[in-house]
Amino acid sequence: MQANMVSAINNALELLMKENDKVVVFGEDVGKDGGVFRVTDGLQAKFGPDRVFDTPLAESVIMGSAIGMAMSGLRPIPEMQFAGFMFLAFSQLVNHAARFRSRTRSNLKVPLVVRTPVSGGVRTLEHHSESPEAFYSHAGGLIVVEPSNPYDAKGLMIKASHLDDPVVFLEPTKLYRLFKQEIPDEMYEVPIGKAAMASEGEDLTIITYGTMVQVVKDVVSKRNLSADVVDLRTINPIDEETIINSAKKTGRVVIVHEAPLSFGAGAEIAARIAEKAIFELDAPVIRVGSDSLPYPFPGYENYYIPNELKISKAIDRVLE
Amino acid sequence: MLKKVFEGSVDYLQILDENGNIDAALLPSYLDDAKVVEMYKLMSFARALDAKVLSLQRQGRVATYAPLVGQEATQIGSALAMRKDDLFVPNFRQHGVFLARGMPIDVMVLGWKGFEEGNIIPKEVGGFPMIIPVSTQMPHGAGIAFAQKYLKKDVAVLAYVGDGGTSEGDFYEALNFAGVFKVPLVAIIENNQWAISVPRNRQSAAQTLAQKGIAAGIKVLQVDGNDVIAVYKAVKDAIDNSKDGPMLIECVTYRMSMHTTADDPTRYRSDDEVEVWKKRDPIMRVRTYLNAKNLWNDSLESQMQNEQKKAIDDAVEKAEKFVPDPKSIFEHVYSFMPQTLKEEMDYAVESNFFMEKK
Repeated sequence: MQANMVSAINNALELLMKENDKVVVFGEDVGKDGGVFRVTDGLQAKFGPDRVFDTPLAESVIMGSAIGMAMSGLRPIPEMQFAGFMFLAFSQLVNHAARFRSRTRSNLKVPLVVRTPVSGGVRTLEHHSESPEAFYSHAGGLIVVEPSNPYDAKGLMIKASHLDDPVVFLEPTKLYRLFKQEIPDEMYEVPIGKAAMASEGEDLTIITYGTMVQVVKDVVSKRNLSADVVDLRTINPIDEETIINSAKKTGRVVIVHEAPLSFGAGAEIAARIAEKAIFELDAPVIRVGSDSLPYPFPGYENYYIPNELKISKAIDRVLE
Repeated sequence: MLKKVFEGSVDYLQILDENGNIDAALLPSYLDDAKVVEMYKLMSFARALDAKVLSLQRQGRVATYAPLVGQEATQIGSALAMRKDDLFVPNFRQHGVFLARGMPIDVMVLGWKGFEEGNIIPKEVGGFPMIIPVSTQMPHGAGIAFAQKYLKKDVAVLAYVGDGGTSEGDFYEALNFAGVFKVPLVAIIENNQWAISVPRNRQSAAQTLAQKGIAAGIKVLQVDGNDVIAVYKAVKDAIDNSKDGPMLIECVTYRMSMHTTADDPTRYRSDDEVEVWKKRDPIMRVRTYLNAKNLWNDSLESQMQNEQKKAIDDAVEKAEKFVPDPKSIFEHVYSFMPQTLKEEMDYAVESNFFMEKK
């Protein structure tokens, strides 16, 4: 089937709900409305209001009740309407979803997937464009994934729901309808904790994920570079092996993400490269991120999100 | 036009008063003498365990501990009202509930000693692990109750919260959610009058905490939380009706001791206040009642105390033999072992970072 990211995730949810009647989908406006981005469109009509339902408008109890359901044999897939609103559920996610397994020595498990749109570039309201992956990755116990294309989105969603762990599933709003791809009609899994090579080359490595994958590929293509482009797909646990192997191969690394530069995932990646591959590098590792400030209003976002020029400049620096 | 569109009220239930007198008209027919004796024994057991753990803490043999003394009626009454398959979600002071539900004492002691292994709760206990961040357990309770209804199980879920906890957003969000989906949740406010140093009247200007449930559209009741019979009846009725939806029960009790062993209540409350509540002791009134009915005597009392002391001492001895495995902190984070985490674990093992503590 030809799918954009919205229809790919919608298809994954439908297959998961068909496969297992313990899968429930809920959140704000996910029922009749099909979600503000239509990711759950049609699911309530297909599976009924007991399995696809709108909750009261309260993020903490959406997350907290999902934890309770997950510990009781269900496989909830709650939606958080926007990444900025999801901070109201931060306590439940970090204090509880992340910890029940370890604090009970695996006697309790929390198999849930919490979905939320992330990142900007679509000229939307304040608090609708955050890139929060580092917050969730820093809390041990949560898995954090972020697809960059429809194929990975479907396969990662299916894998995430099959796992017995809490998964934070970040969906870049800008990519929801950016392009279509041919994807299999049936169920398939994309592994979690395993990066993809978006392209392969010899001269440098660009490590990225989410919204930035397409931007990086455009730069590489326009400049006709021979580059490894690593699409992480899973932020935590990180695929260190792929990162280190590529860094050793090319000796030159740029890391690109839309989240703010300081204390972002790029710092984690750069530190791992420094620990395991520094003597095989020919240039300092350069990070590219949004500026280290709160996400600006949409009128200013294009000055803020890394663009091709900013990425290209970083590439020049490592190729010097 | 101006017209009244809503009117609400809160009932208060007491059956056994502080002098041991029964309100016979309210005494439930399903409550026999043997059950009252069982209540008395379990309340005494909870108090004995509490005193023992407090003393262990003072000797440095357990970590921080939250005493329950004074709150035995609320905990034992509600626990005994549960049916076999019912579930409960505690905060951090429900040791009496765990005890009444058959939780192995040595496992509880492990928890107080600071080991996650203390959260390994046998299925038949029907309990979830203690929760420290205040009121955050209430949304879990709502979700667990939602799952029981979804799975078509006739199971009620008790969720405990303190008076301070009713000020949290999670408390209201959970009740609101439970009301909308009519889930079998019995929310129990253990109103012990103090949230560490902050008194009940600083938590809310509401006359009762029970009335907070009215705003969520659910049934409410206030109970003498030091009257084990009233608590038992209130919770049993709520469980029996839980298929029709949730209920909020405020148990009015008193924290006779400190918040935790890290606290000194003389800094913020008067001895006079404590003296008033001593007269309302939840155990003494049952003893008076049982004595009057010739259901209890000194000989039974000393026999019970000896049995309970032995059970507690044996459990402490067993818990103190526990040998922690440092690797276990790595092994239960995910359903699989990420390579990066395995590297950290292997590095710690190979480098002998797990040296025995000095």
